[in-house]
Amino acid sequence: MKIRRTPGERVFDWFNNIFMLLILVVMLYPFWYVFVGSFSSVGHLIKNGFVLWPDGFHLDAYQQVFRNSLVPTAYVNTLIVTAGGTLISMVLTIMGAYVLSLRQLPGRTGITLFFVFTMLFNGGLVPTYLVVVQLGMIDHLWALILPGAINTYNLILMRNFFQSVPEALYEAASIDGETMLGYVFHILLPLSGAAIATIALFYAVAYWNDYFKSLIYIRSNRLWPMQTVLRQVLQTAQMNTLMYDDSAESVAPETLKDAMIMVTVVPILVVYPFVQKYFVKGVMVGSLKG
Amino acid sequence: MTGSRLKSDKRHMSLRLKRYWPAYLILLPVVVWYIIFCYMPMGGLVIAFKKYSVICGIAASPWVGLQNFEKLFKSGAFMNSVRNTLIISGLNLLFGFPIPIIFALLLNEMGCVRYKKVVQTVSYLPHFISWSVAGGMIYMLLSPGTGVFGAVVRAMGGSPKNYLGISAYFRPIVVISAIWKHMGWSAIIYMAAITSVDEELYEAARVDGAGRFSRMWHVTLPGIRSIIAIQLILQVGQILNVSFDQIFILINDLTQSVGETIDYYIYRVGLGSSNNFSLGTASGLLKSVIGLGLVVGTNTISRRLTDGEGIW
Repeated sequence: MKIRRTPGERVFDWFNNIFMLLILVVMLYPFWYVFVGSFSSVGHLIKNGFVLWPDGFHLDAYQQVFRNSLVPTAYVNTLIVTAGGTLISMVLTIMGAYVLSLRQLPGRTGITLFFVFTMLFNGGLVPTYLVVVQLGMIDHLWALILPGAINTYNLILMRNFFQSVPEALYEAASIDGETMLGYVFHILLPLSGAAIATIALFYAVAYWNDYFKSLIYIRSNRLWPMQTVLRQVLQTAQMNTLMYDDSAESVAPETLKDAMIMVTVVPILVVYPFVQKYFVKGVMVGSLKG
Repeated sequence: MTGSRLKSDKRHMSLRLKRYWPAYLILLPVVVWYIIFCYMPMGGLVIAFKKYSVICGIAASPWVGLQNFEKLFKSGAFMNSVRNTLIISGLNLLFGFPIPIIFALLLNEMGCVRYKKVVQTVSYLPHFISWSVAGGMIYMLLSPGTGVFGAVVRAMGGSPKNYLGISAYFRPIVVISAIWKHMGWSAIIYMAAITSVDEELYEAARVDGAGRFSRMWHVTLPGIRSIIAIQLILQVGQILNVSFDQIFILINDLTQSVGETIDYYIYRVGLGSSNNFSLGTASGLLKSVIGLGLVVGTNTISRRLTDGEGIW
């Protein structure tokens, strides 16, 4: 059934579509702006100030960024923390979520409360810091992984998903002689692909983006992740003197900062179009009840 | 309950325990993690009532009662951070709360499905970048020399300033950048709620001659009323939490008086230059306790209003 639109509705649609175009521009413009700056020549920015388009395809700023010895190590640190952290987080989260999804488990409610309470109340910054100090993790990459390894919200999300898998499957599997672990590995996990992907992505993004932990737990700049190096670059007015030993180099701080931002955000931009549907799924199933 | 029933329950219990022992084994590392990284810090909260010294350790440091809390309430910096937190949260509520709802309503009215999908997908991209990247973009965009705002001001004959160094601009920058970052993402939940509004209601409204706006106002909005109420209440429960990452990346000496939030104060006093572990812990404890009260309170209200729609 085709419904004829009244003139008023046409005008509304017009305005709405234009408004949405505006939203698109506002959302994307900061990315474009940084992209343009990073590929512009130094003179282009100095002469024109604000630019909408790069004057060619200059890689000087990127060369500068990677010439700084901190950047490659920071990239490696971030990759290690993201990959290793996501793996550890997923193993712990799946273990906890699976056990909490067993409806018959004695003590299930108590254990769930034990976990969920930490979302409502926590020791706070200083006591957590002191625990990490006691564990001897200051200035180790472990400090960027372990203190935040489990996100209780993600654990409950995972548990809710496992609970939606019919228990009859387990009964059938145990009749076929599967052990509990066999059931988890051969039946439950293959069935949960989408949920696992979603939660792994949530963790991976959190590790990639985190700089708070390195701010408080990491002293040595050799262990800094990308986000911290970026912050350092942005917050330092005389960046040339801080970051570069060869002071003869004439660098436009602006293009350099732009390139630095690009280098940090590009992995997110590259994977985002392919994985964004999982994020949305995660929000949709994200009910904390049960 | 009869004796035999009790007995069978007990037997049943031991049977279940026997059946589930591997499950407890699997759970063990998870419980250990929670004890170390969540419950041990809670134990560490005792130093809020002590004069902690690194040499003595937690146990041997002397008790001082409520002295740290007295210090906090007398401290202008702490009270100022509470004030700043409430103001920024209030502004976030006032502007950041309704905008995703309006955005979801307007998205829902879009005719072209592909266009709508593109807008939606792009709108939650900023949610996934870190505050150090978003902050970097803000730095660049606000830069007097090469930024877009500087260019606008110059075009109008003014001379651009360093906007991040002017305290009057700090809170607007915080609120607007938070809206930019989270608007699309926050709209998802309303979009989901809108799809569950009964299609027949729209038909009926259309038959009655209701236009776009009146359908939006009389059908869609009432249809998602309860989810709006829940979200509002939950956000009020989070009023003491302003993103530390965001504040930390944007603040500087010139804006500290209007921008320092409770979390930032805790960081600065506890781990920053003054390194006063006890005072930092005391302010953290105060915030945690009030925050817990707020969350429990708002959740109770939410359940009353909606017959059981709380977060737990």
